[in-house]
Amino acid sequence: MSGIHDQLLAAIEQEQGALLATQMSGDKPGAKLLLLDDGTSRGQLVPEALDQQVRADVQSMLNTGEATSRSYEVDGATVDVYLESHLPPRRMVIVGAVHTAIHLVAFAREFGCHTTVVDAREMFATRERFPHADELLIGWPDEIMPDLNLGPQTDIVMLAHDPKFEDPAMEVALKSRAGYIGAMGSKNTSAARDERLKARGFSDEQIARIHGPVGLNLGGKTPPEIAISIMAEIVAVRRGKDQRASSSPLQPAKSDQ
Amino acid sequence: MRDILQDIREWQSAGEEIALATVVKASGSAPRQAGAKLAVTRSGKMVGSVSGGCVEGAVFEKAMTVLDSGSPEVVHYGISDELAWDVGLSCGGQIDVFVEPFEDR
Repeated sequence: MSGIHDQLLAAIEQEQGALLATQMSGDKPGAKLLLLDDGTSRGQLVPEALDQQVRADVQSMLNTGEATSRSYEVDGATVDVYLESHLPPRRMVIVGAVHTAIHLVAFAREFGCHTTVVDAREMFATRERFPHADELLIGWPDEIMPDLNLGPQTDIVMLAHDPKFEDPAMEVALKSRAGYIGAMGSKNTSAARDERLKARGFSDEQIARIHGPVGLNLGGKTPPEIAISIMAEIVAVRRGKDQRASSSPLQPAKSDQ
Repeated sequence: MRDILQDIREWQSAGEEIALATVVKASGSAPRQAGAKLAVTRSGKMVGSVSGGCVEGAVFEKAMTVLDSGSPEVVHYGISDELAWDVGLSCGGQIDVFVEPFEDR
């Protein structure tokens, strides 16, 4: 039987959510308990009473991505246990194999994101242009996207800048549980898109999930500058500093135009 | 863990002896939070970090003793005391680092 570290690595490679508990004191420092999001577990803490307590206690920590130490009372003694939740990997789905997308793929990779680029235009979505994209899919975005895993760990960025591609894709995005949705376009373009979505029956609340104009206002003009402003906005949103909150000191892109 | 996974896999297949250091508690202005990891090999390879670079050297030394003994240890690092030439965090934060052999293959 392979060790529990290997099993954790395997779970991460298979994109399973996992929680690892490591005993730091007591009867067996270094003992580990691995809980997987399919309900199975490996290993155990020592003694049994500690193992039971930890199993019951960590259920709420599964799928939080958090790491912390907690103390447990076992037979009158205190045992320290380190707990860490591992989420499935972050994903970025980019609609539109445009110039900015090339740089955005490069930045997303630095953040450990799995990247998917979708475009119906074979001329743009080539391996020569996107050597580092994990997936390069050619087809209509609204037909391809429902087959992708658009969960809370997914960022969707619309760069096609063409309603013909983007409106149907945006409808798929808004029906998904994606954690971030951004769309390229000026304030006017964004407002016009919002109106079209409203006419298609989407509520203000649903439409408010869209970050558009996409990105933080770094004053950038070139494709790599725009790409990093998008990446910066995603970091801010993922860390709970959404620029659109009234208390935020961050400025939306194009706010000075 | 995901960010250091590939290096660990390569070291494993090369038969390296590996130790893993994890920040299990952080307070004050500690540069890295709980969950930050540094993996090292006995041959001196390193990936990841547990601080801004201030205690990695000391953690490496501790990792070598942990590999020798086979017993994991918790090490506490606090504010550095310049007079004592202690290893510490110049930022004023405090961290607990769990150092263990990554032995199970």
